[in-house]
Amino acid sequence: MNIVVCVKYVPDAQSERGFDASDNTTDRENVDGLLSELDEYAVEEALKLVEAGEGEVTVLTIGPEQAADAVKKALQMGADKGVHVSDAAISGSDAPATSLVLAEAIRKIGGADLVLTGMASTDGSMSVVPAMLAERLGLPQVTFASELTVDGDTVTIRRDGDAASETITASLPALVSVTDQINEPRYPSFKGIMAAKKKPVERWSLADLGIDSSQVGLGAAWTKVEDVTKRPPRQQGTIVPDEGDGGARLAEFLASQKFI
Amino acid sequence: MFQLGPDHEEFRSLVRDFAVGEVEPHVHEWDRAHHFPTDLIPKMGELGLFGLVVPEEFGGSLEDSDGGAFTNLCIAIEELGRVDQSIGITLSAGVGLGINPILTYGTDEQKQTYLPDLVAGRTLAGFGLTEPDAGSDAGATRTKAELVGDEWVVNGAKAFITNSGTDITSVVAVTARTGTTSDGKAEISAIMVPSGTPGFEVAPAYDKLGWNISDTHGLAFSDCRVPAENLLGERGHGFKQFLKTLDDGRIAISALALGLITRMREEAAAYSQSRLAFGKPIAVNQGVSFQVADLAVMEETARLLTYKAAWLKDEQEAGRTSVAKVKQAASIAKLYTSEAAVSATRIATQIFGGNGFMEEYPVARFYRDAKILEIGEGTSEVQRMVIARGLGLPA
Ligand SMILES: Cc1cc2nc3c(=O)[nH]c(=O)nc-3n(C[C@@H](O)[C@H](O)[C@H](O)COP(=O)(O)OP(=O)(O)OC[C@H]3O[C@@H](n4cnc5c(N)ncnc54)[C@H](O)[C@@H]3O)c2cc1C
Ligand SMILES: Cc1cc2nc3c(=O)[nH]c(=O)nc-3n(C[C@H](O)[C@H](O)[C@H](O)COP(=O)(O)OP(=O)(O)OC[C@H]3O[C@@H](n4cnc5c(N)ncnc54)[C@H](O)[C@@H]3O)c2cc1C
Repeated sequence: MNIVVCVKYVPDAQSERGFDASDNTTDRENVDGLLSELDEYAVEEALKLVEAGEGEVTVLTIGPEQAADAVKKALQMGADKGVHVSDAAISGSDAPATSLVLAEAIRKIGGADLVLTGMASTDGSMSVVPAMLAERLGLPQVTFASELTVDGDTVTIRRDGDAASETITASLPALVSVTDQINEPRYPSFKGIMAAKKKPVERWSLADLGIDSSQVGLGAAWTKVEDVTKRPPRQQGTIVPDEGDGGARLAEFLASQKFI
Repeated sequence: MFQLGPDHEEFRSLVRDFAVGEVEPHVHEWDRAHHFPTDLIPKMGELGLFGLVVPEEFGGSLEDSDGGAFTNLCIAIEELGRVDQSIGITLSAGVGLGINPILTYGTDEQKQTYLPDLVAGRTLAGFGLTEPDAGSDAGATRTKAELVGDEWVVNGAKAFITNSGTDITSVVAVTARTGTTSDGKAEISAIMVPSGTPGFEVAPAYDKLGWNISDTHGLAFSDCRVPAENLLGERGHGFKQFLKTLDDGRIAISALALGLITRMREEAAAYSQSRLAFGKPIAVNQGVSFQVADLAVMEETARLLTYKAAWLKDEQEAGRTSVAKVKQAASIAKLYTSEAAVSATRIATQIFGGNGFMEEYPVARFYRDAKILEIGEGTSEVQRMVIARGLGLPA
């Protein structure tokens, strides 16, 4: 079974994140980045599937120069090869454009029996790229899998909701997004680090994918971020002395904050 | 020349991620409970930490290291030691005292029997040299092993043996008198005693000042019988063989101490900028900031000495330098770095004030853990003896 895993290079949540003042997009130049932690679950799941059977895991990312680090991390974990789509014109792309580029890249890879994604990126976190990508590739779209099994040419997942767990089956090829409940991603090993250096990574531009630059980037975005304001620093908490009415005042506070 | 290569640094960040993700969240609790985390060992094995200096045929990755295998091991010990000293020594002793003697002196069969599991972290091994009455003077070994028929019969006791009593300890190699040499001296050999052998008793864990998470036991042997082929290396060479593995161990302890000093510098720098006294961060007082500067100097010196020694060790493996050069560099690094580590914890706890005396802050644990660095794998006095001898003095 051949699997393509879409992985995103995101700003490290541990570092000071910000926005590019000129166009209000996420600043990806001046912060340390890494493979989105939520995508590690997709990589791990792909590796487990291939280790239990056969086939290859290809990791695919769209992102700036440094996004090569996200591919490298996945290769160190054990993926077989990488594809890095990078083109200055992609900068500022919205979710529809991101999914367009991913779809064309997956076609150029030669398709896949299974496309795996994370449940959301840890920066944009819209969770919509998987759905859009499945639509563009004409694949069954099975999202938020907390358990995944492949049997012959069907994939079965469990999706945990607040009230119930659903079991969903789809025919392969399919696209599945996975949650952080599905597995425990491995650390790369020393051998993995050394082996990754010898694994092939393709670098593609928009031209390689036959995409016109007018279809992507900030200019093609359907929406525009007009303004960004930094969240104000956390206020000091209020201490309410309990004078017999503590319970009522607590409930009042929670209601005012729309918690109850 | 003055920086490690990109492969080494990449490996460092892997071990750091692991140490911060899998060790840091638990150390406080493990330390309080004197708990040896058996489950962590196979995880360290999966990372490849026990196999860095072991050839591929036994599950290791020596060939992948491009001549820098021992340096990689030191990086792993440093990074684990930066998070917890006990976990660092568990790796250091697991490789240096457990794996190394078998790898260097074992027969093919002994290697096949023990190494794959040791490298995978499924088992651990110990080396027992020290006895209640033979420490610095390790040649004063009293434990005896007598060849009776096709079995060694071992009698005696060992003290302070690391990794000897864990649930996954498979074997302990011990030095023992096996006879008298022609010039009347004790003939000392190393014998491998598998865990669970009748007559091999592991005493309850010691009540230690520090290294609470590390496994240390006294061992007793009474008419303990093992097959004749459990001799490790050559008969009569047990002591000499052991001394050879000590150089590596000293560099490894230096790396462990370096991890500690680095952590003390980080903790002290952060705390001194956030702690307010007299309305200002305490770091505005030169009495404080100069001490943090001293920590940075100790760290830098320790780093240069440790990795110079590690590099020499790798050079020696490649046949490009002598054992004597490594020995001298190892003792110099171990002596300086372990003594600096003790000073560094004293400085850091002082900067933390009352909080430094509280177990809630990690500096307190490092303070307790530091002292053993000046004692294990040869005391500071023994290092000075080795260094003086290396200079040709009659020490
Ligand atoms: C402040 C802010 C405002 C934004 N506003 C808008 C907006 O108004 N409209 C809009 O359409 N977009 C907007 N974007 C989002 C857009 O730029 C996204 O970053 C991008 O389209 C991907 O969407 P996502 O990160 O939400 O991915 P998600 O849909 O959360 O990602 C799910 C999965 O898709 C895959 N994936 C996502 N991106 C990539 C990639 N680059 N390479 C490989 N795999 C990938 C990964 O497997 C990931 O786990 C905004 C972003 C920010 C930070
Ligand atoms: C936690 C822990 C783990 C250990 N793990 C192991 C292990 O796995 N395997 C193992 O074999 N051993 C192990 N050891 C033992 C350790 O190596 C010895 O404790 C150490 O070598 C010192 O020996 P000793 O305790 O007998 O001290 P002694 O030799 O009694 O020394 C006492 C003091 O006298 C000084 N001294 C002795 N001789 C001289 C001299 N000629 N000149 C100047 N000063 C001198 C010493 O430096 C020291 O300060 C461990 C010890 C500890 C505490």
